[in-house]
Amino acid sequence: MKVVVCVKQTPSTTAVFRVQNGSVRWDDPGGKPNVVNPWDEYAIEEAIRLQEKHGGDAIALTMGSEESKEALKTALAMGCTEAVLVADEAFEGSDTLGTAHVLAAAIRHQQDVQVAVFGKQAIDGDTGQTTIQVAVKLGWTPLTFVSEIKELDPDAGTITVERLLEGGKETVSSRLPVVISVVKEINEPRYPSFMGIRKANRAEIPTLTAADLDLDAGSAGKAASKVDWANVYELPPRDTSVEIIEGDTVEEKVKKLAERLLAEKVI
Amino acid sequence: MSGVWVWIDHAGGKLAAISLEVLGVGRKVADGLAQPLTALVTGSDVQGVADAAFNYGADAVLGADDPSLADFRVEAHGPLVAKLAQEREPVVLIAGASTRGRDLSAWVAAELDAGLVPDGIDVEISDGKVVVTRPVYAGKLLADVQVTDGLQVISVRSRALPPAAETEGSGEAEWVDPVVAEDDLATKITGFESSAGKVSLTDARIIVSGGRGVGGPEGFEPIRELAQVLGGALGASRATVDAGWIPYEHQVGQTGKTVSPDLYIASGISGAIQHQAGMRTAKVIVAINTDPDAPIFKLASYGIVGDLFEVVPALAEEFRRRLGG
Repeated sequence: MKVVVCVKQTPSTTAVFRVQNGSVRWDDPGGKPNVVNPWDEYAIEEAIRLQEKHGGDAIALTMGSEESKEALKTALAMGCTEAVLVADEAFEGSDTLGTAHVLAAAIRHQQDVQVAVFGKQAIDGDTGQTTIQVAVKLGWTPLTFVSEIKELDPDAGTITVERLLEGGKETVSSRLPVVISVVKEINEPRYPSFMGIRKANRAEIPTLTAADLDLDAGSAGKAASKVDWANVYELPPRDTSVEIIEGDTVEEKVKKLAERLLAEKVI
Repeated sequence: MSGVWVWIDHAGGKLAAISLEVLGVGRKVADGLAQPLTALVTGSDVQGVADAAFNYGADAVLGADDPSLADFRVEAHGPLVAKLAQEREPVVLIAGASTRGRDLSAWVAAELDAGLVPDGIDVEISDGKVVVTRPVYAGKLLADVQVTDGLQVISVRSRALPPAAETEGSGEAEWVDPVVAEDDLATKITGFESSAGKVSLTDARIIVSGGRGVGGPEGFEPIRELAQVLGGALGASRATVDAGWIPYEHQVGQTGKTVSPDLYIASGISGAIQHQAGMRTAKVIVAINTDPDAPIFKLASYGIVGDLFEVVPALAEEFRRRLGG
């Protein structure tokens, strides 16, 4: 069975952001400003588990620049069997729709893929909408917020998953192919092995361009984008200064705090 | 193009809480653009939902009432809303950013090649366009985003915007046929395990959270007790989840839940930037910590410097007395 996992290189969770002249900059006190999107680690793990169970390939795919190869190397080091970079100047400035066009074409290009796996969202744009849009562009069934793959039969072409929704857990069966997004509950991602890291560092990662994917100029990139994202800014500081509740005893302090909270009408 | 549409999320024949907020923001956008507000109701046995939409300010209700729409399957609801939007060309389509609303809005935008802005926390009208404020980079920055051309598809985050007021409006809904026949749907929903009865973090008005300061799994007991007294939900920092003291479903922060309660009580939480990303939009934040220099105090409205094992039980006792519980 062929599984594709779509990953993204994003700022680390500890990154500190600032906006200078309209451009977003970030730095990381830990010295590693870019990482594989943390949500994607669960997607990579699940793709590898599917490959281990059913054979075939687990192909990591990313759309981005040369630097995004780092995310693919992590996926290879964890155990993906192949990695593909999708990169073209024509893709720069894509909105979610443009990204979906490109990723759908890249998945189609792999041929005979039965499951495409995504993390639930990327921690930079935070839209979490690519899974559905890629599914629509492929004409496949989307299954979002998957917390468990209960059953997958590549020969029968069926899958049963559990989805984690606001009101509870839903069990849903579908025909393949599917595009799924996974949540943190689904697994515990493995650490890359030493051998895996060596293999990943030596791997030749092929690049697919717009021409390879037969994509129309109008389907992705800045010109095709229908969303204006230009106005990004830093959060206004919370307009509170903290009132430290003082008192001789704990009882006195909590009494004062309770009075404040009742006056705020939040209880 | 004309008309502002809102997609109504519902369950058990009733409007979901987020739908009142969606109707509220829809009213604001419709008035700002001088357009009528249409509520889209898709489901099975949903006449009551249509009536409720009129009652909360919809000028018209359009939808489909069919057994194939009983469960929310995006492959059934999405094509229906996309077809209606293609035929009737609304200016704006707004949904709640619940799991269902997110899936639906992404589907419709993809099918119609329309611009999509998810997770709005505020909307303004400017030059005939809806400008949506949304958090990016896990809430560490904000962006004012707009769709530049064609249908504007937007979703808004739960508890970010005020709910619609009751209008006692009424009217006749217009019902159309579903677009995809049951046999052509690839999915079947075969089970649902409800978590009803538990207070969900994202919907909670009050959240009491514990951090590393609780010291171990049993340290959550006083936190849980205070949450119970206040009728709130139990939250936790990533450190406590990673340590295995409490299940992941309680995690608040960048890789957990993003919450926006009226009151957030952080106990024994230092307030790392990843935690702040998940809770900084709470209306009132209370910090309880032994370390007066903990970053959480910079975010808080009220703080008590002290041991949570003394302060939290005393606070629970105080409220139990005052609330008569």
